[in-house]
Amino acid sequence: MSSSPPDRRPVAPLLQAAPLALVLLLFFVFPLLATAVVSLWNYTEYSLVPDVTQRNYVEMFEGCSNMGEGLCTTFRTYLSTLRLCAMVWAFTTLFGFAISYFLAFHVRSDTMRMVLFLVCTAPFLTSNVIRMISWLPLLGREGVVNQFLVGTGLVDQPQDWLLFSDFSVVLAFVHLYTLFVTVPVFNSMMRIDRRLLEAAQDAGASGWQTLWHVVIPLTKPGLVIGSIFVIVLVMGDFVTIGVMGGQQIASIGKVIQVQMSYLQFPAAAAQAVVLLGLVLLVIAVMTRLIDIRREL
Amino acid sequence: MDKPIRAGRRQLLQGAAGLAAAGLAAPAVHAQGAVTLRYVGTAVNQHAGIKEKVRQDLGITLEYIPVTSDDVVRRAVTQPNSLDILDAEYWMLKKIIPSGNLMGMDATRIKLVDEISTVFTKGEVAGKKIGDQGTAPIKVSYLPARDAKTFATGQTQWLTLIPTTYNADTLGIRPDRVGRPIESWAELLNPEFKGKASILNIPSIGIMDAAMAVEAMGRHKYADKGNMTRAEIDLTMRVLTEAKRAGQFRAFWKDFNESVNLMASGETVIQSMWSPAVTAVRSRGIPCTYQPLKEGYRAWAAGFGLPKTLSGRKLDAAYDFINWFLSGWAGAFLNRQGYYSAVLSTAQKSMEAYEWDFWMMGKPAAQDIKAPDGTVMEKAGSVRDGGSFDARMGAVACWNAVMDENDYMVRKWNEFIAA
Repeated sequence: MSSSPPDRRPVAPLLQAAPLALVLLLFFVFPLLATAVVSLWNYTEYSLVPDVTQRNYVEMFEGCSNMGEGLCTTFRTYLSTLRLCAMVWAFTTLFGFAISYFLAFHVRSDTMRMVLFLVCTAPFLTSNVIRMISWLPLLGREGVVNQFLVGTGLVDQPQDWLLFSDFSVVLAFVHLYTLFVTVPVFNSMMRIDRRLLEAAQDAGASGWQTLWHVVIPLTKPGLVIGSIFVIVLVMGDFVTIGVMGGQQIASIGKVIQVQMSYLQFPAAAAQAVVLLGLVLLVIAVMTRLIDIRREL
Repeated sequence: MDKPIRAGRRQLLQGAAGLAAAGLAAPAVHAQGAVTLRYVGTAVNQHAGIKEKVRQDLGITLEYIPVTSDDVVRRAVTQPNSLDILDAEYWMLKKIIPSGNLMGMDATRIKLVDEISTVFTKGEVAGKKIGDQGTAPIKVSYLPARDAKTFATGQTQWLTLIPTTYNADTLGIRPDRVGRPIESWAELLNPEFKGKASILNIPSIGIMDAAMAVEAMGRHKYADKGNMTRAEIDLTMRVLTEAKRAGQFRAFWKDFNESVNLMASGETVIQSMWSPAVTAVRSRGIPCTYQPLKEGYRAWAAGFGLPKTLSGRKLDAAYDFINWFLSGWAGAFLNRQGYYSAVLSTAQKSMEAYEWDFWMMGKPAAQDIKAPDGTVMEKAGSVRDGGSFDARMGAVACWNAVMDENDYMVRKWNEFIAA
């Protein structure tokens, strides 16, 4: 566009950005807007009624103002989802950080590092559903773990809390999502200038002090990105929580899925809007704490 | 992501429901060229064997479009133009018919209409009234006019669906672990099986199984388990919530394979179950019984419907196909899977006597009963759980349903899961 007069705003950058903007508009912004609009619609057994009604939101928070009879369904469901989310986040961050630290600072050869890194992706070699189902013969009442525990006399009878419990849900999530933390944290760690570590050592810092004052601050962007992955994935999940929790543990994703299957699209849309708002809020807080753009 | 509701019934039957091309030699009647019918339904009846036979006998190509049962309703309500034949369950009609997307089928064009099982035409088996709680087919089988959006009260010329398959569901148990006779739905909530029971996490079916248990325990007598009042929904969910908090349930299941795994691995010893799932557990060499209970069965039924937009040669072809379906071959095919077919007289002619005796008469198998692929389903000498057609369908207590208070029920169910 060199022919454009210099006093006008250049068109080329706009044109270059246009395809992506268009794709985002079409497949991201538009569906989101549609969801928001539908959440205000009314519905019957067999039809959606274009409308502006608060029904879906009112029904969602029905009984929430009355704390006397315990929490309302929606609050309880969010609490259950958030609790799982917090546990999964804590464990994946811990493990993800430890694995990355080992890979980045203890493994000397690049080849070995790559090999070990590929090993981390092993959980993704089978399908999601099969991976989850294969926990059953392991953790079940008559599974391998229980047979071992009873066989060695550690417990008198099979332990039921191993499966269809918070424990099994968190276990499955950690198994799945640790990689999502490992990758960005590893990336951040590899970019740390090794001279900083030497400087810390020269200045008399202990190993823990180096970790706390040098490594962790410099891997914060990786930690935040990993956390966003994990939080977004867990908050919206209904398959893993369903299968590993024996369908007995409430999650927002499950509620939305049930409503969808009963053609209650507007109610599901309202749930989705609230969930989206909450997740965005969490991400906003995290990015406020650490400016990812600057760190990257 | 959406798991099919009736995946269970399908698993065993699923054929290659591909979109095979239609390069076929049509009989003279169809000299104008082959007709292709787009057949939307859960894959329960979408078997490659049926498709091939239809092509040979009628020169009609079936294009199977397998979807989940939620999607059957969604398609019929929102995209009726995307299909030529709808394979729906009777309870779905309460959602579909008000949309006005299905036509009333002309009984005069269905040759064997008078031969259709009395389950559908009169709500009777062997002259005896059967339970009609819930969306019993008799309540939704007829329309007052071709284009009606409400149901007729008696028999008319206009049919909503022509039945394909139906069956009676009950509890599955592990006789080796239970160790005593089980005779009542109340056992589902018996603390004796604490941590070893399960129900399905499909609200509209799960709540009916729960209602069977609540009624059997003597806690409440429902006017209609398939159409509860809000107070009844509250009561049922309260009983379920108490049981859940007391640790009665090991897990809930949503999908056929989950129910098989729970039972086969010994996680549960008593649970709601579908007939093919019981067969699947047994085929692993693990004892499992589809236990008849004194309060009766929860039944379901499916059938063919035609979208209102269908006309001309496609409409003729659809009627041809439905008439063919009732003429015996398909009925025998389905009876051999343990389902029941609409016109039993023609199906009987297409079955071996020993097959008929086992599946329909409840007699001991004179020889091994084989699945269509040749694997042995039941050994010689075994008897079908629950016995004969008359014994099983005659003991139906209620039907899968959509309640008037469905929205409320779904909310309460979500509350129960969160409890």
